[in-house]
Amino acid sequence: MAYVSVKGGEKAITHAHQWLAEDRRGDPGVSELDVAQVREQLSLAVDRVMSEGSCYDRDLAALAVKQARGDLPEAIFLLRAYRTTLPRFGASLPVETEAMAVRRRVSAAFKDIPGGQVLGPTFDYTHRLLDFALAAEGGAAPEPAPQAEEPQAYPMPNIASVFRHEDLLEHDVRADEPAEPYDLTRQPMKFPADRDQRLQALARGDEGFLLSLAYSSQRGWGSTHPLCGEIRMGEVAVEFVPDELGFPIEIGEITLTECTMLSGFAGSAERPPQYTRGYGLTFGHCERKAMSMAIVDRALRHREVGEQADAPVQDEEFVLYHSDNVEASGFVQHLKLPHYVDFQADLQLIRRLRKEHFERRAALKEAAE
Amino acid sequence: MSTPVPARANAPERYYNYAYLDEQTKRMIRRSILKALAIPGYQVPFGSREMPVPYGWGTGGIQLTAAIIGPDDVYKCIDQGADDTTNAVSIRRFFANVADVATTEDTAEATIIQTRHRIPEKPLKEGQVLVYQVPQPEPLRGLEARETETRAMHAYEEYGLQYVSLYENVSAYGRIAATAGYPVMVEERYLMSPSPIPKFDNPKMAQNEAVMLFGAGREKRIYAVPPFTRVRSLDFEDYPFETQTWEETCALCGAKDSYLDEVILDDAGDKMFVCSDSHHCAERRAAGHVGPMAGHTLDQDAALKEPAQ
Amino acid sequence: MSVATLDLSRIAPAFADPVRESQAVFREVMECVARPGRITRFDRAPQAPNGLSKAAGAVALTLFDFETLVWLDPALADSEAEAWLRFHCGCPLTVKAEDAAFAIVTDMVKAPNLAAFNQGDAKYPDRSTTVILQIASLEGGPVVTLSGPGIRTTTDISPQGLPQDFWTQIETNQAQFQFGVDVLLVAGDQLLALPRTTTAQIKGG
Repeated sequence: MAYVSVKGGEKAITHAHQWLAEDRRGDPGVSELDVAQVREQLSLAVDRVMSEGSCYDRDLAALAVKQARGDLPEAIFLLRAYRTTLPRFGASLPVETEAMAVRRRVSAAFKDIPGGQVLGPTFDYTHRLLDFALAAEGGAAPEPAPQAEEPQAYPMPNIASVFRHEDLLEHDVRADEPAEPYDLTRQPMKFPADRDQRLQALARGDEGFLLSLAYSSQRGWGSTHPLCGEIRMGEVAVEFVPDELGFPIEIGEITLTECTMLSGFAGSAERPPQYTRGYGLTFGHCERKAMSMAIVDRALRHREVGEQADAPVQDEEFVLYHSDNVEASGFVQHLKLPHYVDFQADLQLIRRLRKEHFERRAALKEAAE
Repeated sequence: MSTPVPARANAPERYYNYAYLDEQTKRMIRRSILKALAIPGYQVPFGSREMPVPYGWGTGGIQLTAAIIGPDDVYKCIDQGADDTTNAVSIRRFFANVADVATTEDTAEATIIQTRHRIPEKPLKEGQVLVYQVPQPEPLRGLEARETETRAMHAYEEYGLQYVSLYENVSAYGRIAATAGYPVMVEERYLMSPSPIPKFDNPKMAQNEAVMLFGAGREKRIYAVPPFTRVRSLDFEDYPFETQTWEETCALCGAKDSYLDEVILDDAGDKMFVCSDSHHCAERRAAGHVGPMAGHTLDQDAALKEPAQ
Repeated sequence: MSVATLDLSRIAPAFADPVRESQAVFREVMECVARPGRITRFDRAPQAPNGLSKAAGAVALTLFDFETLVWLDPALADSEAEAWLRFHCGCPLTVKAEDAAFAIVTDMVKAPNLAAFNQGDAKYPDRSTTVILQIASLEGGPVVTLSGPGIRTTTDISPQGLPQDFWTQIETNQAQFQFGVDVLLVAGDQLLALPRTTTAQIKGG
């Protein structure tokens, strides 16, 4: 007995979808982009979509980038809306970034650092000159980069272990029985937010928003005087303990970017002077995001270290409520929807107020004459 | 007016659970709905999920509908009072696809009515659920940006700030200048946003026979007004609450007591007024009511026109 | 108390079609909470194990899961009903009434006072316990007149098998609004709701 009413709107929507598909494809004379090409050659777009989409799947993220015509917040939205319907089997064990197979690792704190500096595949020292050779079709595959002469340190010590013997850097305390981390995809935001909730929000947060906040902090709006302790990027194993086995098994490998920012802390009556940390972590290679996240994380820790908090970057309600680009984009763009009912209500009022205004003016004028 | 649901055997929606949401999410939302009904006007935080439509486009209403809808329901969806606005069409199509549900434009026939910005003109009855899409559930947000503060204000019933703001309105404009989303007090305890309905619709909330559910997806809040509940629009003794009225009548059906939309006819200032509730207007015209411009074809929805190919 | 210790052969089936049936049950429960005193019947709900009424079972299957901490009447400890709830709902159990999201009370004589359950907090009154009280019958007892949100004027109910001071507890519960528990009275396959907003007056009392 199902029946639906159909009107002009439905047809218009269907046609708009067709038009969109046509524009997505572009000139049919140009060969179609396949998902593998996006995955392999627009890999940083894929990384950002996985990161902010909170779903590690390069193929799905590449599909989302293709479907969204390269609009990354739209692709992030597509991936999130898919992710939310997936069943959950459980949570993996925390990954060990010291056990990362590092492809890039730099520290700005020390000239040399145990494990060494590894530049890796970075834009850092490229001259930003358009490479017209890339515009030519059918170019040969690039020469493989030469292998390092010595094998890399493994595990690759992190910045905390470098400082460990001197106690100059605050410790991360590993709880014996860690509490379940807060999960913003299942629970609404709560305040005051603990660090797990903040870090999850920042990890899902918009790169541009975090970048601007981090920049504002650097320029003095809630400065933490950050120093880049370490950035590393590479592959880590993901382990899971199935109920029926009771011991961890490796279920795969993911690429992560991790950043630790160091900030000086003058100490208090209870705590000796020490470096404090800000932490950033992303899926894939998202260095700008990881660094921004680490600065914002540190700025949001003002309560712990007793800093005065009056800058936007230190305001957790401001930062956490406005960092999600799926929420922000939806709400800003909902202004496209019809608002004639409320507009009509306002129109009526403003006409009445104007009428009264002119009547009052006329009365005053009359009285004056 | 009604045609069968076209077969969409391999439509993307078919890869998802009945009514799109997984069962665990439905249970979570259902529990929130029950608490919302038990504490009328209070905003229950809930684990709002990402939906396949953007935040701000009805994700809260859609989650509520998805949590309550069943195959025996008859579903109506309106935006600005009209069934044929594009977003209403889009949401109605979504539920026809994912919930195998009958849809209707007939207010009386619907068991679930999802709405954005209006309450239908026809009084609702027992057995109907009105689901409101809410962009900003916090009535005090315009006065206080922080959730931590507003939550405390509700907890301790500190609504002085709201009255001060209304009073400032009176001093500035000689009246309470709020026109849509006009705050209401539910059972003399919780201050509540009625969603951006025009204040014209506020009185319909009081003692309504239907269950009224409010969903704010982006802000992750659900609230409710049970049937036969006291809902009072804020006012002052010397500045009583009043609703909008028009000197004009509906140009199509002649209605004198419905909420009217202004339609601009040309760039010389000519305009007409028509019912915002499209079904109400159609029903009146079918019953023989005639307005001063009856027969005029509305061309107001430029968005509905077919694209030039 | 892990699921692994359950003897699956002892566990009776639940909803045959969980998606449709839980939706249908929920809509009825929703109407009942929205309209206190309204009686609904779950005649098509699955038979719950001994000690648990059909209606309580249907509500549990519809609303309980791994996210809801459930206080179960000690009378049901280690019973088939307990195993059935743990298996089908996957709900964690608690013996602390003040921690429970839901409670199932089957022994009205030994039942804790409603005030012993979670009353919610000032900022989050929704965190209070929903108490499912299983009694002899929803009809045939002393007449009680209800009023409040959801009720046009007043409505009469006559549940049977409630302890003497129950309506005093309801009065106390209602008086402390926004705090308070919400009660679902169940008997056999029937259910009615007494949310914290409802005022009850014993007829002639």
